[in-house]
Amino acid sequence: MRNPLRSEADMYRFLWIIVGGAIVIVVSAVIHKWLGVGVAVIAFAALGWWFFQEPVPGSSDPPQAEVLATPQGRRRVLVVAPPGTESVAVPEGADVLVVVPALASKLEAVTGAVDDRRADAEATAAALSARLSARAEVGADDPALAAEDALRVFGADEVVVAGDDEMVDAIRERVAIPVSRA
Amino acid sequence: MSAAAHVEHHEEHHGPPVPHYSSKIKPETLGMYLFIASEIMLFGSFFTAYFFVRIVNGTPWPTPPYELPVFVAAINTAILMTSSATMHWATVAIKRGNVWGMRAGLTLTFLMGLSFLISQIYEYLRAGFATKDGAFPTIFFCLTGLHGAHVFVGLSILLFMTIRAYRGHFSAEHHHGVEIGGIYWHFVDVMWIVVFATVYLL
Repeated sequence: MRNPLRSEADMYRFLWIIVGGAIVIVVSAVIHKWLGVGVAVIAFAALGWWFFQEPVPGSSDPPQAEVLATPQGRRRVLVVAPPGTESVAVPEGADVLVVVPALASKLEAVTGAVDDRRADAEATAAALSARLSARAEVGADDPALAAEDALRVFGADEVVVAGDDEMVDAIRERVAIPVSRA
Repeated sequence: MSAAAHVEHHEEHHGPPVPHYSSKIKPETLGMYLFIASEIMLFGSFFTAYFFVRIVNGTPWPTPPYELPVFVAAINTAILMTSSATMHWATVAIKRGNVWGMRAGLTLTFLMGLSFLISQIYEYLRAGFATKDGAFPTIFFCLTGLHGAHVFVGLSILLFMTIRAYRGHFSAEHHHGVEIGGIYWHFVDVMWIVVFATVYLL
């Protein structure tokens, strides 16, 4: 189904479609009331048809192949490191994914002014990725949510948190695998 | 990768399955979807009242001796449509890394939105009727007032966006705030087209 709210550009195009439809309906109604009703019915039907002309993006793609290169017996460790973390001790030989939550204040989160926080998190993720030779990505502004999101695509055996006790406890409450502090 | 190798890797997978594509929507975008869905229902309830009064009850529209200021509303419509164009310009500009283009676009959009709101208040003051004067004025003020309230909210969002734009918060890579605000502003304009067509023209 087509989604006019997917982006600003899509919504802008949708606005002009509505403008065009409104002009046609109003002109028809000025000519004759029932002509306007008929055109309105056709216009709404056309709009409904247009909505269903585009499938959900990716729905027709073949299922994603899961390519997990972790050899048997090797541990998979999810590292949750807040922005500013310089280094984290991880088990030798483990397959590691680092997630850096883009921590933001409540005001920043509510107003959406999180760009600077994401930039900080991206910088930390890049530094940790180079230092640990591991994949690193930026997560949600809530560390527990960031850990949950990461575990959906990275089936880890344990979570190592490079944050304070409060962060460790918050993540421990939300995930069902061992959580330890780095 | 061969089929055998793929199966081997598949068996090694532990942990929850890969999420479905649809669950990867950004939370702020999902929030805007839900918000706009609730807004459509809110406007829908007001339009239900409008159609009931006008079609089921057969109330003349506008009820004599009152008249609707169609010309002023048409000018307002042109202002609002132009503001959508400048909003789109702002978004396109920042996607191309043109920060000053975005700032100019957002500033113009804000000014035009403000003009619309001031013009609507002026229109109310000179309307010559009030909500106590019957069903027609009540529905007129409710529908246009509801939309005006949304323009006010949109202006508040635009104000934040414009301030952030001048403080250098947006770039070609990070401009989600402009994108989301733009979707809301266009939505407000879509609703105005529906209000203008039904209340003023039909």
